[in-house]
Amino acid sequence: MEVTAGWYMLLAAGLFAIGAIGLLVRRNALVMFMSIELMLNSVNLTFVAAGRELGLLEGQLAVLFVMVVAAAEVTVGLAIIVAVFRYRSSADVDDLAELKG
Amino acid sequence: MNAELVVFVIFAVAALAGAFVLVMARNAVYSAMGLLMTMFSMAVFYILNEAPFIAAVQVLIYAGAVMTLFLFVIMFIGVDKTFDPKETIPFQRPIAIVLGVGLFVLLALAAQGVWVTGSSLFAGEALGTIENVSDELFGNWLLPFEATVLLLTIAAVGTVALARFEISEPRPVAEVVALDEDDASSAGADDASSAGADDASSAGADDASSAGADDASSAGADEGADDAPSRGEGS
Repeated sequence: MEVTAGWYMLLAAGLFAIGAIGLLVRRNALVMFMSIELMLNSVNLTFVAAGRELGLLEGQLAVLFVMVVAAAEVTVGLAIIVAVFRYRSSADVDDLAELKG
Repeated sequence: MNAELVVFVIFAVAALAGAFVLVMARNAVYSAMGLLMTMFSMAVFYILNEAPFIAAVQVLIYAGAVMTLFLFVIMFIGVDKTFDPKETIPFQRPIAIVLGVGLFVLLALAAQGVWVTGSSLFAGEALGTIENVSDELFGNWLLPFEATVLLLTIAAVGTVALARFEISEPRPVAEVVALDEDDASSAGADDASSAGADDASSAGADDASSAGADDASSAGADEGADDAPSRGEGS
């Protein structure tokens, strides 16, 4: 049985859905952030699999750029989480309800 | 039963298990370990898909640098194992799971619809060797590559700015007055530098009986010769 690009797409869809569920269900800001990373990784997998299927290198270059953007996002996001933690002494996003009317 | 199928099944199970651990684990460190397993499985899939350079970058950047940063922040913040079952939004958890499963079904249908052609078109040497990737990246994609340099610089500057973020919550006024009175009563003349430098008006009022000056530094210079330079610097 041949492993086609559709299998990778199916796996990436499963990982993306799990990451989305984690983002919706969990309330720890760090775990939510890691769920976002999981979703980015699954999208990278679709890029690479599609690039192989079509014989194009652009899919892998897209993965490189996604990685760069994700690295920048991780540094800034973690700095924000640390700043919020220093201010509120909590990493639970439900505690940040100051704008609630 | 070819080799790629065996490797795919093994690491697909590993990736899904890591993702489940990420979502389910109560302890944030376990979540990070699950994500690490998923990322290593991703590197294996990249090698299977003729992208050895991307696989190396995945291990170096994601599994190495990013996960180290995550673990550092988890240790810095402290692992919070307290769990509050009270939901802010009612039925948030079942609704989220139903929506996630629906998303998976939609994505899976889209994936199966497009990829009906089957086997790989590309055969021969690997597509994403370092030579091929660098030729393409520093040729046609040079301008986007330079733009990522700008993005990373901005991200570094932003991170430093956020790290220097001071908690500038103004102290209550009564607390400030109590601190100044405490200084003046206990320390008196020998330790008056902090009180005099902090609040010129209160120190001036304190020394007004002896010196009669409205400026705190000149009042301090009259009192003692030994602590006069420090008070001059402080004010």
